[in-house]
Amino acid sequence: MSIEVKNLEKSFGKNKVIDNVSFKVENGEILAIVGFSGSGKSTVLKLISGLIPKDSGEIITTGDIAMVFQYSALIDSLNVYDNISFALHERKDLRKKYTESDIKKIVREKLGLVGLMGIEQKFPSELSGGMQKRVSFARAIVTEPEIILYDEPTAGLDPMSSTLIEDYIVRLKKETNAASIVVTHQMSTITRTADKVLMLYGGKCVFYGTPDELCKQETPYTKQFVSASLEGPMRMLKG
Amino acid sequence: MDTLTFKGTVTYSIYKQLRNNFVNLVSTIGDIMIFGVQVIKSICKRNVDKKVLVEQCARFGVSSLPITLSIVGMSSIIVAMQVAGEMVKQGAGNFVGLLVAMLVVREEGIIMSGFAIISMIGSSLASEVATMRVTEQIDAIKVLKVDPIEYLFTPRVLSGVLMMPPVLVVASLVGIIGGGVAAHLASGLSYKAYFDSVWRGLYMKDINVALLKAIVFGFTIALVSCTCGYRASGGARGVGEATTKAVVWSFVAIVIWDLVFSILFFF
Repeated sequence: MSIEVKNLEKSFGKNKVIDNVSFKVENGEILAIVGFSGSGKSTVLKLISGLIPKDSGEIITTGDIAMVFQYSALIDSLNVYDNISFALHERKDLRKKYTESDIKKIVREKLGLVGLMGIEQKFPSELSGGMQKRVSFARAIVTEPEIILYDEPTAGLDPMSSTLIEDYIVRLKKETNAASIVVTHQMSTITRTADKVLMLYGGKCVFYGTPDELCKQETPYTKQFVSASLEGPMRMLKG
Repeated sequence: MDTLTFKGTVTYSIYKQLRNNFVNLVSTIGDIMIFGVQVIKSICKRNVDKKVLVEQCARFGVSSLPITLSIVGMSSIIVAMQVAGEMVKQGAGNFVGLLVAMLVVREEGIIMSGFAIISMIGSSLASEVATMRVTEQIDAIKVLKVDPIEYLFTPRVLSGVLMMPPVLVVASLVGIIGGGVAAHLASGLSYKAYFDSVWRGLYMKDINVALLKAIVFGFTIALVSCTCGYRASGGARGVGEATTKAVVWSFVAIVIWDLVFSILFFF
């Protein structure tokens, strides 16, 4: 077991954004968390990664956690090499573990995994959105994590870049055997990458099953989500 | 008036704004103190990224120098031009250098350098850290299990401590020399008379206190600016607000420090 979440709850002020959510993700498995904007998907990732504290419930994780952010979140003052090797250079437990030539080898290997070679000296501002995302994949897997969290990995990308990113998510799962969670609302990402799907609405789990079960549209929630209809039990949250 | 009616009044909205500002003030001061302690601990443990430290020292020292020299130099020239003529007429020409030197070393040099560095470096530190905050770069650093305070704050604050004294020394020299040239041009006072009185007016205590002030000001400006940036939220507006706060708070902080130093050493 790599991630187990039990009865997770989180509120911001009086607004309950995560309400009694539970799920499990095994090693080598991808869970897609789906739902309309404002349903609490990204909050779940922030709770698992420890960026925000939970109010109640349990989050049991085994091993290192890595996260790929929605807008890549590469450190813009560092070049690609320094971004990918950031944890190896700066993390206290890893700082003295590797020599610079080891780090160079690791960075080259990880860049190769995401299909980007020879861009080590470029800065994030010199890369396209898709390339930035792939560099952030390489940065995430540099410490060989057992858990990888993806926050809307295909948001803002053209369809071809999205397909490429989806392929890399599946490839990284196979290469690392990590337990992965992908937050998305893109059907292609769900069907091409996920083993299981969890749908959130108003912070509550309204569907938990396989992508096939989601596509069968057997519940009012899955029917509305898959058909992207405005009619159904889910109302768009006002901003 | 019932509670619901009161909540719709101008008085309530002013009260709410004041309350929010007070809470924000207290929590920012708390953060500055907590981060300050963390930074000092990191410096003592020598957990400083040397590459980032060198970059920040160059930024703090070199980038700020032209504006600092201009401001300190010009304000000394203005003072010398205004007082030299009158003092020479009154037979006090031998005290012009003393007056300018005391003014530059004790107050004007350090406070003007502080203001110049806040405008140039403090604002850019705050906007840089705030942008990293709102674009999730700081979250990424945290997820990678690197302490953002140690990585971002420590080299920046240490560069302020290391670079503010040399900037102050150069700015003060420029101020004193500029004052001499201005006094000579404005009143015909000889350079010898001017510089003789400069040495008469300068004491080691003044120089030591000025250097100590420079260290404290450098620490304060970098720490306050980074903290304001770190607390940013939202998007571009949040970055703008953080930058404004950093500049205003740094100004207030160094004036308070200046008062403390005056009470401790010259009262």
